[in-house]
Amino acid sequence: MIAVHGSVLAQEIEIESPNIAYSAIYPILIVFGVALVGVLVEAFAPRPRRYVVQTVLAAAGLGLAFVGTVLVAGDLPETQNGLARGGIEAEGALAVDGPTLFIWGAILLLSFFSVLLFAERRLESGVTAFAGQAAALPGTEAEREASTRGLEHTEVFPLMLFAVGGMMLFPASNDLLTMFVALEVLSFPLYLLCGLARRRRLLSQEAAVKYFLLGAFASGFFLYGIALVYGYAGTVTLAGIDGAITNRVGGDGLLLAGIGLMAVGLLFKIGAAPFHAWTPDVYQGAPTAVTGFMAACTKVAAFGALLRVFYVAFGGAQWNWMPMMWIVAALTMGVGCVLTLTQTDVKRMLAYSSIAHAGFLLTGFVGVQAATRDSDDMTSLVAVMFYLLAYGFTTLGAFAVVTVVRDSSGEATHLSRWAGLGKQSPVLAGVFALFMLAFLGLPATSGFMAKWAVFTSAWAGDAQLLVIIAVLASVITAFVYIRVIVLMFFADPVGEGPTVAMPSVLTVVTIAAGVVVTVALGVAPQPVLDLAHQAGEFVR
Amino acid sequence: MSPMTALPVLSETASAVAPAQAGGVYSLLWLVVALPAVSAAILLLGGRSTNAWGHLLGCAAPIASFALGVLMFVSLLTRDAHDRAIEQHLFDWITTGSYDVDAGLLLDPLSMLFVLLITGVGSIIHVYSIGYMAEDPRRRRFFGQLNLFVAAMLLLVLGSDYLVLFVGWEGVGLASYLLIGFWQHKHSAATAAKKAFVVNRVGDMGMALAVMLMFATFGTTSFVGVSAAAEGASTATLTALGLLLLLGACGKSAQVPLQSWLLDAMEGPTPVSALIHAATMVTAGVYLVTRSNFIFNEAPTAQTAVVIVGLVTALWGAIIGCAKDDIKKALAGSTMSQIGYMHLAAGLGPIGYAFAIFHLLTHGFFKANLFLGAGSVMHSMNDEVDMRRYGGLAPLMPITFLTFAMGYLAIIGFPLFSGFWSKDLILEAAFAENLVVGFGALLGAGITAFYMTRVMLMTFLSPKRWADDVHPHESPRVMTVPLLVLAALSAVGGVLYLGGWVVDWLTPVVGEEHPELGVPVWVISLAAVAVVAAGVAVAWVLVAKRDVPREAPVRVSVFTTAARADLFGDALNEAVFMRPGQHLTRSLVYVDNRGVDGTVNGLGGLIGGASGRLRRLQTGFVRSYALTMVAGAFVVVVALLAANLS
Amino acid sequence: MDLYLPILGLAVLGAGFAVVTIVTSALVGPKRYNRAKLDSYECGIEPTPQPAGGGRFPVKYYITAMMFIVFDIEIVFLFPWAVAFDSMGIFALVEMVLFIATVFLAYAYVWRRGGLEWD
Repeated sequence: MIAVHGSVLAQEIEIESPNIAYSAIYPILIVFGVALVGVLVEAFAPRPRRYVVQTVLAAAGLGLAFVGTVLVAGDLPETQNGLARGGIEAEGALAVDGPTLFIWGAILLLSFFSVLLFAERRLESGVTAFAGQAAALPGTEAEREASTRGLEHTEVFPLMLFAVGGMMLFPASNDLLTMFVALEVLSFPLYLLCGLARRRRLLSQEAAVKYFLLGAFASGFFLYGIALVYGYAGTVTLAGIDGAITNRVGGDGLLLAGIGLMAVGLLFKIGAAPFHAWTPDVYQGAPTAVTGFMAACTKVAAFGALLRVFYVAFGGAQWNWMPMMWIVAALTMGVGCVLTLTQTDVKRMLAYSSIAHAGFLLTGFVGVQAATRDSDDMTSLVAVMFYLLAYGFTTLGAFAVVTVVRDSSGEATHLSRWAGLGKQSPVLAGVFALFMLAFLGLPATSGFMAKWAVFTSAWAGDAQLLVIIAVLASVITAFVYIRVIVLMFFADPVGEGPTVAMPSVLTVVTIAAGVVVTVALGVAPQPVLDLAHQAGEFVR
Repeated sequence: MSPMTALPVLSETASAVAPAQAGGVYSLLWLVVALPAVSAAILLLGGRSTNAWGHLLGCAAPIASFALGVLMFVSLLTRDAHDRAIEQHLFDWITTGSYDVDAGLLLDPLSMLFVLLITGVGSIIHVYSIGYMAEDPRRRRFFGQLNLFVAAMLLLVLGSDYLVLFVGWEGVGLASYLLIGFWQHKHSAATAAKKAFVVNRVGDMGMALAVMLMFATFGTTSFVGVSAAAEGASTATLTALGLLLLLGACGKSAQVPLQSWLLDAMEGPTPVSALIHAATMVTAGVYLVTRSNFIFNEAPTAQTAVVIVGLVTALWGAIIGCAKDDIKKALAGSTMSQIGYMHLAAGLGPIGYAFAIFHLLTHGFFKANLFLGAGSVMHSMNDEVDMRRYGGLAPLMPITFLTFAMGYLAIIGFPLFSGFWSKDLILEAAFAENLVVGFGALLGAGITAFYMTRVMLMTFLSPKRWADDVHPHESPRVMTVPLLVLAALSAVGGVLYLGGWVVDWLTPVVGEEHPELGVPVWVISLAAVAVVAAGVAVAWVLVAKRDVPREAPVRVSVFTTAARADLFGDALNEAVFMRPGQHLTRSLVYVDNRGVDGTVNGLGGLIGGASGRLRRLQTGFVRSYALTMVAGAFVVVVALLAANLS
Repeated sequence: MDLYLPILGLAVLGAGFAVVTIVTSALVGPKRYNRAKLDSYECGIEPTPQPAGGGRFPVKYYITAMMFIVFDIEIVFLFPWAVAFDSMGIFALVEMVLFIATVFLAYAYVWRRGGLEWD
């Protein structure tokens, strides 16, 4: 072995120019490009102009990237006997296929509305909800000065675009190293964004540090898993790993340990138990706009990657990892829904609810149902992608509502402060109630269709027991959501009650988008289901 | 074999004919649902500008639906008996290759009767509400929610697919939740609303699983598709389906063991209790069982379960009804009990489906009548609900008294009144199938007579017990006219059975089978009348012959205590479900927040002896989170290896 | 397996040497401590004063260090690029220009926002 490696150095290596199909991957490049331009704007544009320039730039960039995604999706070639569409691009680093593009579209749409939330200025009387000067210590003279001078960090926009770029890269990665890089690219900006709240800065900074430490820890597991899988298969490309598993090259211990450790990294990102502990703390501490962005987009990206790795690379070993994922899914739903019961803070409650939803999504994931040529039944992929889109919009809308319920110290996130909101502002409380009902899965909301899709595909994939657990769990969570509705409409306000600040058109548009999608996907889900269906399987 | 499957002699099974596509007057079928839905949207979203005419629009919508329903009914009558199923396709809801769900409506003899009941009784109650809610500043919203309910209920009975039915099912649940909690300022109303919703979710779980099981085994969830597929399915599958559907039915219809919410639901305004919690929504379970006859017919075990649930609830509700001093709760107990009868009949198979529906219709008439009568009494008594504060109201509110009396005679089964016919048929069917069930049902009839007589006596006839500042008076015309209409229906509702009409009408949907009795039919009728008379007599002796104290006696027998406490239904729920749940939650929270930390800090404390350990017991340490992650990763990897390499 | 034997042997040797040295010096070495000996060793110069409680020191150290690493890495990439440049042609040139431009963007940001000013 050593001798062979030694001779490689001496050989004359013929290097060919790599072939990069820019026409297939330019949506990612647009996002990264705009993010870089954003950095330049920070460097050279005068301070008063930055906010407007950054907002327009970010929104336009995301919009452009979305248009690009649609165009790319328009002429995807069919492969694998018509089961999949798309191809492997950039020398095997990226898989640009139907599911990738669907996920890109979802991420871009959700992040577009997140930008609007980021840009909201009216709620904090003229500045954004991000810290004026993050470097100033909380409670010091420097902080007060930054606040009186009306400083704000417009870096959040490029940071967010970098994160979006990473999120697009993550589920599109066709080899494990690209996937690891993407994971870091999407994570680092998020760590920073979490610590930039204008109010309750200590809580926010604590959240950022926690998220960073645990995230780094999880990345370590992920990387170690990659190493072990490489040790097993001798390659990091997904197709290569699949080939090695199919041919049973031996060394199952390496493979299984590798799968387990990689699963840890991915399950951390989606917030599945027992790797969920960061979720409530981070969701609570981060600026609410960031929380909404994370809850919606990170989940989409991480699930995309999870699906790709486990279906494409580890598909041949599914009987090995399936029992583990069963248990994780059941545990996640259990922890998520039971702990939601005792939360007293809106953001923490939504965090635990997101854990429960991760469990429902895992249920769909576990029902591994691949498309075959003859039938076009609901596959797991279709169901999970639909769920992600539906849940993303609902949760983003819910967090947007959280930003406008305020008292003198900023957002009034303690649930007791929400008592009597229905009398104060029936429309807003009604909208939040709609989101709660969608989380609960009431028919004619997107939540029902999403759960229905996921559960039926899981049931058809012989995960009946898990579906029963999932249905039970959704019964338990019903209690929580109903409690919130009761609190808003039937309880008397404590003290002088919450005030509902009138946000600018930006937040209103985001909330409206949440409402429209939540209702539309509940009543007429067919176009989106069709779209997810046309996306086909992953390319291999 | 279960005792419920005695062989029928004369039998005709329902034939699954493909329904005709909607044309002519039936092409307006969607309007029946859409009218109240649109009206609800206008009233709920329209804001204060609709205050002035909101209640009028709210009444017009169900009346218009009723008119359409009557048109269609007349048109159906002219058609051939086996050609009375009309389907209207609205749009493709979900299409995924082999599995399609059409958002479609199905009008057949069964749903036709429900449409007439819902829109007919619904319209009457809407009109009554104009008067009842006249003083309420949120009357417009009330009508909006009431219309929402009507639309959802119509969707429930008209949906051509279990999934569409499920949308209506959840819709009525939501409307019921909103209306129970309509008087938001009352804490008890909010609690009751929440309880109703959560208990119903347990039932919905059964529904959801049933629909999913259908999808998984039959690949379809439409009534036509499932009924065709059910013939070839295994008994085990069908039994599972039947039991799951029964769970759903129990939740919605307040049957044991999911009965506990109905009594609390009486916190809602009285018209709501009349419409939703007596006449229509709570009967959805009976509709579900009857509609799914093609499943239950092939699953005897599930049928037995339906009969047992029905019988137990019939007695359970009746016993509760005996001990309640709150007039609405006494009536609510009676609702449970009567719906128990319907389930009992439906569980008997083709022999009983039509009787169940017949009783459902007559019950819709007389129970709405009784509730609205109770509302009228409350209206004039400053919203007092305790019957111990009533008495001697008959001369003061004659119309209410007389109409209430019609309902009373109907429910106890006084000969020739509507309830007499329908209950008698159920008793016949019960005796034909099984003696135990028959005698149980007969006993229930006796108890019904007792508690209804008690209500009647305590409210209208016994000496007056109300305070001096109460001035009972007859209600306004807008309330008494609906009462009169309902009283008439309660009295003569039996005409539906004239010449066995209602049974023949339903035969194409549910099949037919005649009960084979060992004794002549009149023996049973006579027995029933005798038992009812005994019940009335006992009530007379116990209530009318003694003074009714204004305060409920404290020292009472264990039986009264038990019945007052709803036979400990809530206590049971608490002990069996809530407490373990709470313990689980608490311990999970403890482990999640403190347990891991505790271990770490315990160790840290031992080694470092650091101060302020108490402070460190606070939650939220990254290191403990990291520790859980390590433990989790360890477990995941070890489990993977152990499971696969051993 | 034979291939790994030398590695194992080396590992044992290394570990053994470390253990033996530490144990020996602990056993036979004289122990006369003074303040200077307990101080941290920083290339022989006066140690950087530490605030009480371990506290903080200026973030500018990190910024400088990070800039160094960024350009260090850039050089690492430049070397193989230069070796293979002939066979890759114009494509390689464009890509490398883009890469360097990206790195300099961050540099420009640090420079404009005053990250390079020490005081």
